[in-house]
Amino acid sequence: MAGTLSIPERQIALLLSGLLALLGLVMAAAARHGVMVVHGAMALGLGVVLIFIVGGALYDPAPPTDRMRRYYDAPTRFGIVMTLVWALIGMSAGVWVAALLYWPEATPLWPATSFGRLRPVHTTGIIFGFGGNALIATSFHVLQRTARARLADSVSPWVVLLGYNLFCAWAVTGYLMGSTQSKEYAEAEWYADLWLVVIWVTYFILYLRTLARRAEPHIYVANWYYLAFILVVAMLHIVNNLALPVRLTTAESFPIWAGVQDAMVQWWYGHNAVAFFLTSGFLGMLYYFLPVRSGRPIWSYRLSILSFWGITFFYIWVGSHHLHYTALPYWAQTLGMTFSVMLLVPSWASAGNAIATLNGAWHKVRDDATLRFMFVAAVFYGLSTFEGSFLAIRPVNSLSHYTDWTVGHVHSGTLGWVAMIIFGALYTLVPQLSGRETMASPRAVEWHFWLAVAGTLVYVVSMWNAGITQGLMWRTYQESGALSYSFLESVRAMAPYYLLRTIGGALFLTGMVICVWNCRATMRVAPGAATDHPLVAQPAE
Amino acid sequence: MSGTDTREVDPVTGHDTTGHNWNGIKELNTPFPKLVIWILALAFLYSVVAWILLPAWPTGRDYTRGLLGLDQGTEAVTGFREIAAERQGWLDRFEAPDIAALQADTGLMRQAMPAARRLFDDNCAACHGTSGQGGPGFPVLADGYWLWSGDPAEIALTIRHGINANEESRIAEMPAFNWMSAAERAELAGYVATLPKGDADSDSPAAAIFSENCAACHGDGGTGGLGVGAPSLTDVSVLYGQDAATVLQTLTHGRHGVMPAWAGRLSEAEINLLALYVADLAETKGEVAK
Ligand code: HEC
Ligand code: HEC
Ligand code: HEM
Repeated sequence: MAGTLSIPERQIALLLSGLLALLGLVMAAAARHGVMVVHGAMALGLGVVLIFIVGGALYDPAPPTDRMRRYYDAPTRFGIVMTLVWALIGMSAGVWVAALLYWPEATPLWPATSFGRLRPVHTTGIIFGFGGNALIATSFHVLQRTARARLADSVSPWVVLLGYNLFCAWAVTGYLMGSTQSKEYAEAEWYADLWLVVIWVTYFILYLRTLARRAEPHIYVANWYYLAFILVVAMLHIVNNLALPVRLTTAESFPIWAGVQDAMVQWWYGHNAVAFFLTSGFLGMLYYFLPVRSGRPIWSYRLSILSFWGITFFYIWVGSHHLHYTALPYWAQTLGMTFSVMLLVPSWASAGNAIATLNGAWHKVRDDATLRFMFVAAVFYGLSTFEGSFLAIRPVNSLSHYTDWTVGHVHSGTLGWVAMIIFGALYTLVPQLSGRETMASPRAVEWHFWLAVAGTLVYVVSMWNAGITQGLMWRTYQESGALSYSFLESVRAMAPYYLLRTIGGALFLTGMVICVWNCRATMRVAPGAATDHPLVAQPAE
Repeated sequence: MSGTDTREVDPVTGHDTTGHNWNGIKELNTPFPKLVIWILALAFLYSVVAWILLPAWPTGRDYTRGLLGLDQGTEAVTGFREIAAERQGWLDRFEAPDIAALQADTGLMRQAMPAARRLFDDNCAACHGTSGQGGPGFPVLADGYWLWSGDPAEIALTIRHGINANEESRIAEMPAFNWMSAAERAELAGYVATLPKGDADSDSPAAAIFSENCAACHGDGGTGGLGVGAPSLTDVSVLYGQDAATVLQTLTHGRHGVMPAWAGRLSEAEINLLALYVADLAETKGEVAK
């Protein structure tokens, strides 16, 4: 890794590693409570390891001079490895908590294994660990290819990737120790939040600098989506996490928001995390890998522009649909509801554009599991946005809210759309970065595809049933005006669905294990030897 | 679409490309599908109608109220009142002071018992079990053994004010006997453990310690002290456990079980309804009725 840096870059990298180690040391020494001490030690450990890696290569020969005429793919490779690692962590945690909902009495006496601690490990591990690393890794690849330029420098990609993964590791280990800020999808404590701001700004600047060096006259639409992802996530993250630490030496803090404002800010954040983290960036991925893999031009340039601005404009308004029938004023709920309905149009335009792009390549969809992953992703994207807009309608939400229907919707989005498009991108990228034509085992890709589709369907269908059953049981009255079911009966009625969901999740996880094995086998063929590709335009596969 | 000379015609769709090319990716210049515009217009129309009818846009300190004049607070309260009104007809009758008399009204009871079961499941089952089967520290309700009384009015009193929950609660205190010597406690525990079997040696020194220290609350021979909430120690029904080890725990540390008070959380009628339900539970499920 350090060998690809120029000598001055190595010096900078060494300096930064030293600063990281120092920061960790100060944190660990100054902190009074367990969590921050552990987190300081983690930063110190990473810093020291980096010092050894970079320091050890400091006097190695300078990298070949033609490197500036090649893409810089090492960070992408590292990002992919981290994507796979987090996928295993996040999905295992998911299957475990799903099993605990079916066998609650099986919870071991060790708190770190309980539902309460592991649920955020699952969500953070998947959204930030698995999704985030996949986004960063592919964004570096897509950016360089569509700009026909090398990343602007060789140090900041590593700062972004290593720093980001440190953030994820801080967050997840914090939850295991019982430390959380109690905001959904933003549970990490204040110092981790601050750290992420630094990393994210570095990412944004790197992206803009590279884009500015582009050799193509136009900016491809995928870059618009990636940029929206980076910019808006920064904004959301900062506003939602504004907080005053109790002391600089403890992990606890007070949020500056209170009451219904806090709820609104949280769901403005929460929904736009869905929009710009789980959708915008992945649309960028779709817009690049789908045409590359299918060898087809994007069906409509104009539609992709309309979708981009439509999604960006409408999404920002809809957070209040998470707070229907709450203390939030009615007018804010109406706005959230109506904008959610209008949002369906650009969402379906994107899904339709993707599917129409496959016109003329249907035989490839049939034969190539990788392309099929992308096709299924586009279909689930269409399905889950339709469902989302439907759920956002107030009377519908009065049935679905607080039920497992929401969970079903979430997973049609995250398993069906986000994970599938990641798999499509991985199976395109991994062989290419390893200097191979195909994955080590194309048959394993096929297996993964069917396990993933089966897992998603079992999961989503069981949760739809569960949610609608719950919603109806909670609102059914007898003629006498008494409730027909107690809450407890609705809990008992969930048992078969929770068992099915666990099975669906286990299928999905099994597919993931196969994927990790396959990627490892593919990448090991050419360890390190896979040189960076030259900047010349390559024909699509 | 700065037209360059690299535009080409796509053979599959017959549309032009835009002429852009990124690493092999091209785009078609497909005209904007009319359908999308129509659907967007439709969605917008839906929104405008909603904005006219419902509270929608903020206007500084106020907001547009909407033609329907809806208000979620009012909606919630009226909805609740409507449902409550449906219940009033029969539920009100449970406010009667002599609730035991209601048991005779089989028609009313048949109508009310399913609702009572929901109430029990939602409020009581977490501690007492779904069928009143109890658990360690939480008394069985579906049997004929009572800490206080099986009379519906007395049960209602327990539910209303709870046990050890607030100043108005019933008070049940099993004092700690840690001032006794460990040997005495062990001996006593062994004695108490044999009480349910009916073969306890009433001439033993432990029996003497028992009548001196325990009988005041638990009754002579431990047959129970209704009135202070002290359980009978001679029957099969147990609260914490009547094996020697658990009894030793009870003796060393004392016990102070808490049953929450429901006055204010449940209406008077609901409390009475539950009291009748619990009484009924004991009668229909209890193996031994005292
Ligand atoms: C938080 C747990 C809890 C809940 C909820 C609860 N109880 Fe209790 N209840 C107890 C405990 C503990 C006792 C025994 C108190 C003691 O140890 O003296 C008790 C005692 C009782 C008794 C006295 C039994 C006797 O033998 O005299 C009755 C009757 C009763 N509960 C009914 C109810 C009903 C009806 C509800 C629902 C409205 C309810 N309880 C909810 C914990 C609970
Ligand atoms: C001041 C009255 C009082 C005295 C004196 C008293 N008890 Fe208790 N005892 C209680 C009450 C009340 C309870 C129920 C406590 C609760 O549930 O919180 C109880 C509970 C118990 C239990 C638990 C029963 C079960 O089912 O788990 C045992 C055993 C017991 N007492 C034994 C004794 C013995 C032995 C003595 C004499 C050394 C004694 N008690 C003296 C009031 C008393
Ligand atoms: C048009 C697009 C979409 C709309 C209008 C929409 C709308 C909604 C609504 C109404 C809810 C339920 C809120 C509640 O009752 O609590 C919800 C929940 C959720 N949605 Fe969507 N959705 C859309 C697309 C997506 C996609 C594509 C994903 C994932 C990739 C997704 C992920 C989630 C998540 C994670 C939640 C759960 C939030 C929570 O923890 O409560 N949504 N969405």
